[in-house]
Amino acid sequence: MQNRKAMNGMSAAVEALRQIDPEVIAAYPITPATGIPEGYSKILAEGKVTGELITVESEHSALSACVGAAACGVRTATATASQGLAYMFEVLGVASGLRLPMLMYIGNRALSAPINIHCDHSDSMAARDQGWLQFYCENAQEVYDLSFIALRLAEEVKLPVMVCMDGFITTHTYEPVEVLDDKKIKHFVGSYNSKVNLFDFKKPITLGHFAMPDSYFEFKEGQEKAMELALKRYEVLQKKFSKIRDKEYPAVARYKVSQADYVIVTNSSTAGLVKDVVNKLREDGFKVGCLKIRMFRPFPHKDVVDALKNAKGVAVLDRSMSFGSMPPMFSEIKNCFFGNIQSYVFGLGGRDIFEEDIKDVFRKMEKKDYSEKIRYIK
Amino acid sequence: MTLKHENLNTCTGCVAPLVAKLVIDSAEHVVASIATGCLEVASTKYPNTAWPIPTIHSAFGNSAATISGMEIAYNVLKKKGMKEDVKFVVFAGDGGTYDIGLQALSGALERGHNFVYVVLDNGGYMNTGGQRSSASPLGSSTSTTPAGKTRFRKDLTKIAAAHNIPYVAQASTFDLEDLKMKLKKALEVKGPALVNVLTACPRFWRVEPINLRKVVQLAADTCFWSSFEIENGKTKINYVPETKVPVEEFVKIQGRFKNISKEQIQMLQDKIDADWAWLNKEQ
Repeated sequence: MQNRKAMNGMSAAVEALRQIDPEVIAAYPITPATGIPEGYSKILAEGKVTGELITVESEHSALSACVGAAACGVRTATATASQGLAYMFEVLGVASGLRLPMLMYIGNRALSAPINIHCDHSDSMAARDQGWLQFYCENAQEVYDLSFIALRLAEEVKLPVMVCMDGFITTHTYEPVEVLDDKKIKHFVGSYNSKVNLFDFKKPITLGHFAMPDSYFEFKEGQEKAMELALKRYEVLQKKFSKIRDKEYPAVARYKVSQADYVIVTNSSTAGLVKDVVNKLREDGFKVGCLKIRMFRPFPHKDVVDALKNAKGVAVLDRSMSFGSMPPMFSEIKNCFFGNIQSYVFGLGGRDIFEEDIKDVFRKMEKKDYSEKIRYIK
Repeated sequence: MTLKHENLNTCTGCVAPLVAKLVIDSAEHVVASIATGCLEVASTKYPNTAWPIPTIHSAFGNSAATISGMEIAYNVLKKKGMKEDVKFVVFAGDGGTYDIGLQALSGALERGHNFVYVVLDNGGYMNTGGQRSSASPLGSSTSTTPAGKTRFRKDLTKIAAAHNIPYVAQASTFDLEDLKMKLKKALEVKGPALVNVLTACPRFWRVEPINLRKVVQLAADTCFWSSFEIENGKTKINYVPETKVPVEEFVKIQGRFKNISKEQIQMLQDKIDADWAWLNKEQ
């Protein structure tokens, strides 16, 4: 039975949180993610959930409280964006280093300076090497569905996870979302049996050791192994989820890629625009496709190689920079695709991108117009 | 229960493990959140631990925020049927409290979590080699104020009290019974409590081991570190010296004050006198 509701990315996240019902949520207001703790506080006041909300005094404390709660063996979640994520930075590595699963929603937003509240991916991309699993959602439906898969994945491989959505574009835009019934979700997420539990007084643990050069290295190796495992387990979990959703969420989503000469690789809401342009150009007989990177950490290189094996040209559209080097997503694709490839940066600080821009990217590939430098769509 | 000596690397004469022991012994189920610092580094070297109780170390400035998450997790689990009565304690130094952890502490006190924050105040960043903190006293030489600090120390106990929490106390290892009583009270009150403990640092106070006892005695007798508690807004002085000793006596047995000027000693004395008068008025 379908249950279709009008939701934006934030209310989709809140609905997922209602169904997951984590014990502890700690969050601090920040545009454009504030609707998540606000929405949660409402369902909490209405008695629809059994957890608690900690309205902390900063994002640093939000994530710290999540670490404390997760160390007690409970499910925990938070939401933030931009400066908030930057402020959490120190604790990001603590959460992953302590191998504590937790769910964090990101309303992707540009970083200061200058201050800007609109969408780009500078925030979560800057955090890409902090040991968190990362998913980028195209729309509110993906935010809702991926919440459950991401949470289970995090718990299976004992790593924290970020579920990212485009600030305003996805966080604030209402669209139809198909909500699954509570029983199905409860069955899918199950109960969480953490091996880490500070409330085990029979076997008291010390969490967060001081590690010397003779042991630190192995901790980091363990985190990488968990990432490798996450690649495999994600596929299993998303397949399992597809049984209740009738839809698959592969790590990289191929849209008319297999027969395409030219492929645009991008992520998040912009994939929607690219797919729309692909449909229009296909009508004119232009063989183009879109590859959407849904899972960025761990990065599914093998899937990308396979998806792009017939492509004559590839353009990667990044919504963030890696100053002094090539943009984050481009670097990953370049790392595994050895044909014609072009880097584009678009949408910084919420700058719009249009159909014509996408068409131009495809046209340039057709004309074999490639540059070693970043091209800006602005 | 004491911290396991074989896994403890604190300096000779360090009183931090003693304070920890007094806390651990004050309740049946204690969980600790420890800030980065001497005690943490000296007690949790992988794969060992000196802690006989469940303990977490996350980072430097977030021990109060970490325990907030733990306490709320406990409240939820309690509603879901958890049986044990758990006490939550933070151990943090003055650097982790007066400086980098002040915001997280203030937030946790304001939110009213049921926990005890124990400050191990040795007046500087001793774990990183004795740098100045906002708890370092006027005139003390530190590795970042070699000529002597030119500012007074921050009054953290008063800052904590300004949060209108049920229990705030100042104590030292000068009177262990008094310290024990305060820690126990702090654990028993419902809501946040803070106990600010002066912990003499033989290494960076440049005190001869033979004078370690004397230095905390003088801290009390000069009223440099007065012993008092503020329970539900009511102030009580726990130690009144028979004769108030001039602060110079406290200063002169510590190498860290080698560069203090006569004017600074007078400034210290004036501040102590004013603080003591304020405390007596409050009582």
